[in-house]
Amino acid sequence: MRTDFILKRVGVFFIILWGAATFNFFLPRLADINPIEERMSQLASRGAVSTGNTEMMIKNYEKRFGLDKPLIVQYGRYLWNTARFDFGFSIAFFPTKVKDIIAQALPWTVILLTMVTAINFTIGVALGAIVAWPRAPAFTKALLPPFMGLSAIPFYLIGISLIWLFAFTWGILPISGGYSIGGGPEWSLSFIWDAVRHAILPALAIVLGGIGLWALGMRGMMITTLGEDYMLLAEAKGLKGPRLFVWYGMRTSILPQVTALALSLGHLVSGAILVEVVFSYPGIGGMLLQAIRNFDFTLLYGIVYLTILGIAIATFLLDLLYPRLDPRISYVRG
Amino acid sequence: MRIALDRFRVFVRMYPLLMVGVSLLLLVALFGLVGSRFVDSELARPGSTPVGESPTREYIFGTDSLARDQFAVMVHGIPQTLRVGFMAAGIGMAVGIMFGFVGGYYGGVLDNLLKGAADILITIPALMILVVVAITLTGPVSVTLQALVIGSISWMWPTRTIRAQVLTMRERAYVSVAQLSGANPFEIIFLEILPNLLPYLAASFVTVVAIALLTTIGMDALGLGPQNQVTLGNNIYWALFYSAPLRGLWWWWAPPIVALGIVFLGLYLMSVGLDKIANPRLRRTG
Repeated sequence: MRTDFILKRVGVFFIILWGAATFNFFLPRLADINPIEERMSQLASRGAVSTGNTEMMIKNYEKRFGLDKPLIVQYGRYLWNTARFDFGFSIAFFPTKVKDIIAQALPWTVILLTMVTAINFTIGVALGAIVAWPRAPAFTKALLPPFMGLSAIPFYLIGISLIWLFAFTWGILPISGGYSIGGGPEWSLSFIWDAVRHAILPALAIVLGGIGLWALGMRGMMITTLGEDYMLLAEAKGLKGPRLFVWYGMRTSILPQVTALALSLGHLVSGAILVEVVFSYPGIGGMLLQAIRNFDFTLLYGIVYLTILGIAIATFLLDLLYPRLDPRISYVRG
Repeated sequence: MRIALDRFRVFVRMYPLLMVGVSLLLLVALFGLVGSRFVDSELARPGSTPVGESPTREYIFGTDSLARDQFAVMVHGIPQTLRVGFMAAGIGMAVGIMFGFVGGYYGGVLDNLLKGAADILITIPALMILVVVAITLTGPVSVTLQALVIGSISWMWPTRTIRAQVLTMRERAYVSVAQLSGANPFEIIFLEILPNLLPYLAASFVTVVAIALLTTIGMDALGLGPQNQVTLGNNIYWALFYSAPLRGLWWWWAPPIVALGIVFLGLYLMSVGLDKIANPRLRRTG
């Protein structure tokens, strides 16, 4: 791999992050709103703060948030802070730091989506490969169209139907949240079981909607592979079906799927935001909804920056790994 | 007339998926467009009906916790939601066609810039950008404004596909012939290359409509959509806000999901069907 290629990718990586941070910084200033005043007037309208004091409180807050300095100083400080993942204080949950709120929510999202992605990948790839295999049982072929249909529908709409079916009609699974009210997060067996039960429905929504896409990609690759000469040779040598299927067929067809897997890891944080909203899951999506409802600008910007960071890292790693995974790809221009 | 009908029949037989997709989309669109002619939009305003009644003869889709006639909400919401999707996709396509042709045909620094911007922006979920924009722009959002904003970040997909196609088209003999016979770049792009790309344009338009719809419904469902107009997305928002799925108000949450399910399925089938036209090689495998 050439160094100028790597340098270019590193450059793109930092441009994305710089762009995201700059966007977050200038947009509220272009729109000429002051997050703190906005929040204060909201509190005042609810009668939480008396209007006489707001003037003073705004001054106080502005000083604390560094909003009384010139723009360029604010910008520089903002970039420096963002680079250290310091997004300042949450406006709604002052004096909690945005960083801490995100750190609390992130594991929920990452664990849920890692599991779901693993399940989707395994089942989807297996299903896609089997469907392409000429000697596969007929019922497997009937499985593909329903999953393809579901894959066209957004996850969270599937989620709403699941809530109704499992939680309302049958009442066998918890409705929403990440754990039962009263049992705070702790490392005990009963809590983990509780959390798993709460995760089943959101996970199922994403699995039902996601398998079709993986299966479709794998099926396409498998059909191409089955037409290759080496498959014919392997069959002529008298190799058995299962060996042909796994080591000659699947092994070569799985490569693009692995790439897609790496890419989907970048969407771990942002992939299911609306599913989390539907289930009031305590992850990043649930936090985002709260931030929107509370006009918590700093928390919102922190979450957006973080999701973009996740995507930027995944794209960057993928670009570096691509030539290693598939020797046919080289970034040297001919 | 006869010939046209026969041609239509052949076309339907050749591209069944495309036709099924178009029919599904039309089904939902017509339900909304025809229905909204006959149903008073006042019934879609909060407080105009009894609260939370299951479907009756008077309110065939029932009423919700905001005291709205759900049938009225659906028939007036469907055209609004589809309008955002199609308007945004139209804007995205117009910008994408321009960028794709300019970049692909002329190349150079401008091409690199456009391609770079498209490659970077395409990885970032539009919803993330829009959430920031929507919460920052205080004041009521209208359906048209939403369509404009979504449209302005929907150009990356068409730009990439069109640019790639233009790059190969540029080298074809018929373009050289046109150049030698003195056609200007404007004529070559719009009269020579563009007509050959129509299947690609249609396929990428359908994809962009689907993405734009996903984005607008996502925004509405988060409560960031238009507040004064009914859309399918903000119907879902209110249904979730009042926990409709948990209270057994199926007539509230199910119709928008079914309508959107049919729309997305239709768009999906259309894009599969159009792919077969755009890439004839796919026709064999079926």
